[in-house]
Amino acid sequence: MLARMIRIRLFESALIECQKSGEIVGSLHTYIGEEAVAVGSCVALNDDDYIAGNHRSHGHPIAKGGDINKAMAEIFGKRDGYCKGKGGSMHLADFSIGILGESGIVASSVPVATGAALAAKLKNEDFISLVYFGDGASNQGACHESMNLAALWKLPVIFVCENNQFAVTTSYKDSVSVDHISDRASAYGMPGVLVDGQDALAMYEATTVAVERARSGEGPTLIEGLTYRYEDHSLGLASVRRDQSYRSDEEVEKWRKRDPIEVLKSNMIKQEIITQKEFDQIEEKEKISVEKAVDFARKSPFPAPEELYDDLFTDPIEFA
Amino acid sequence: MYVEALNEAIFEEMKRDDAVYYMGEDVRASIYGASKGLFEAYGENRVLDTPLSENGFIGAAVGSSLVGMRPIVETLTSFMWVAMDQLISQLAKMKYMFGGQASLPVTIRAVMYYNGAAAAHHSDRSYPMFMNMPGIKVIVPTFPEDAKGLMKTAVRDNDPCIIFEDGNLGGIKGDVPDNKDNELLIPFGKGKLLREGTDCTVVGIAGGNIHALNAAETLEKDGISVEVIDPRTLVPLDKEIILNSVEKTGRLVVVDPAHKVCSAASEIISIVSEQGFWNLQAPPAKVAAEQVHIPFTQALEPLIFPTEEKIINAVKGTLE
Repeated sequence: MLARMIRIRLFESALIECQKSGEIVGSLHTYIGEEAVAVGSCVALNDDDYIAGNHRSHGHPIAKGGDINKAMAEIFGKRDGYCKGKGGSMHLADFSIGILGESGIVASSVPVATGAALAAKLKNEDFISLVYFGDGASNQGACHESMNLAALWKLPVIFVCENNQFAVTTSYKDSVSVDHISDRASAYGMPGVLVDGQDALAMYEATTVAVERARSGEGPTLIEGLTYRYEDHSLGLASVRRDQSYRSDEEVEKWRKRDPIEVLKSNMIKQEIITQKEFDQIEEKEKISVEKAVDFARKSPFPAPEELYDDLFTDPIEFA
Repeated sequence: MYVEALNEAIFEEMKRDDAVYYMGEDVRASIYGASKGLFEAYGENRVLDTPLSENGFIGAAVGSSLVGMRPIVETLTSFMWVAMDQLISQLAKMKYMFGGQASLPVTIRAVMYYNGAAAAHHSDRSYPMFMNMPGIKVIVPTFPEDAKGLMKTAVRDNDPCIIFEDGNLGGIKGDVPDNKDNELLIPFGKGKLLREGTDCTVVGIAGGNIHALNAAETLEKDGISVEVIDPRTLVPLDKEIILNSVEKTGRLVVVDPAHKVCSAASEIISIVSEQGFWNLQAPPAKVAAEQVHIPFTQALEPLIFPTEEKIINAVKGTLE
């Protein structure tokens, strides 16, 4: 768990540097500060379970055990990327390990993950699906329709709301009609759990309960992980002008002090599971793997112009 | 009949492949006819009545297709607007966006009711909008045989298919070949010559073909020989059959029940203008729906759509 959280943090930090240097174009929505939500929940899943993500979704495939070389190359727009450069930062996917892809439209992957769970039920198979969406997405109709469908049909899906507290600059307190998004679960007749999203173990425990429920045919669960994004909504092309009024420096600092990596690390050191030295070794190893991923992405070729129409259809269709 | 042909196709494909399932609103009761008997034959795990949540359940169909299911979704064109997020952001784009990883064998049955005093909210013929969106196959059968053969091909196709069924054709009678081997499969992108002629080519879309054939019959009495072509699918489009016909006749009229701006007719005329210009002896003509919403009143609605008379005038116009 710790290694994957560090991997996400370093991966995102490398992306920020590569964007500053101009190697990465477009916008970046970084996951820094929210690592415990993805990692804590993903480790409770089996390899053949499915996940779907959102626009702030570099962390999810890494948490599921994805290949950071392919993820990095994708964000560089290169041919060896997960999606041959066609998807980019907001559309990482690895169907071979159950990552059904991210979606730039908020809440749009919630029905998709619900459908994967429907398939499990119709096929009478054991796999489940889990979808990550934000506090902003929780207000979308797609989210509500999916929760109703999932609860009605008792589908093996876990709805994980990553409440990082802001939809761009709008606080969830100004956009959600109840105190907690997890409170909404009762309206659909499913359990709703509010979890400390900075605590990977708490996320793991809550997800494990939800996984058991899903696999035993009892239906969906809504988990709200209360967390925080350290950076602004997006960096780069679509970066939102830094507007200090939507949150104070003191607030950001307060959340940084409960950093999810530090929380897990100090817990593990206290329980004598690891030493500081071992932590440093993990961090060093991850640093090298992220550097290698950047190198891999740099060396990978861009797709050729004749690849423009590839993968639009199973067999090419010629347009006039 | 058209509806019975569709019903046969669905029955045969569900029998052939367990991954095929059927979902939509009121489909167990089969209020529109095409799903008659399916629930009794295949039961609750293959025939799903959905809540009124088009965005939710079309998204669920998409998600299920990613993990091996082959959904057939029944809806009306007018209800697809509330599902456009899933139809466009996911269904149309996923394969390309994820570098070809996604396989999306989803068949949408989009029934178009129009010219029946249903007013603006229930009279949509939206296929040109989907022609404009890469990633979706657009199917417009006119006759029962084509409805059956194209439906079966769509269910077996690994890309998203939308079958736009003209509600005015529901009771249209026609021979469907006896196919004991269950192999009435009509390929996409192959148009059909409905009537041979030498003076003018009329291309008809969906119900437009019925008016086109009637017009051809009437014009024959005036000594005008009309060739009628049904493209049957708009994406992919059999442009060869149209270009070859225009090469022979030198004239083109396209009959399209959709709104005339950026219509299927616009695209067909554009192709012939670009690729068959020197064969044209007169400007091509478009007989398409007026560019206005569908008024309820019986005094105005009949003014909107293509009629035999409008086609006759258009053909005569090309011969002046």
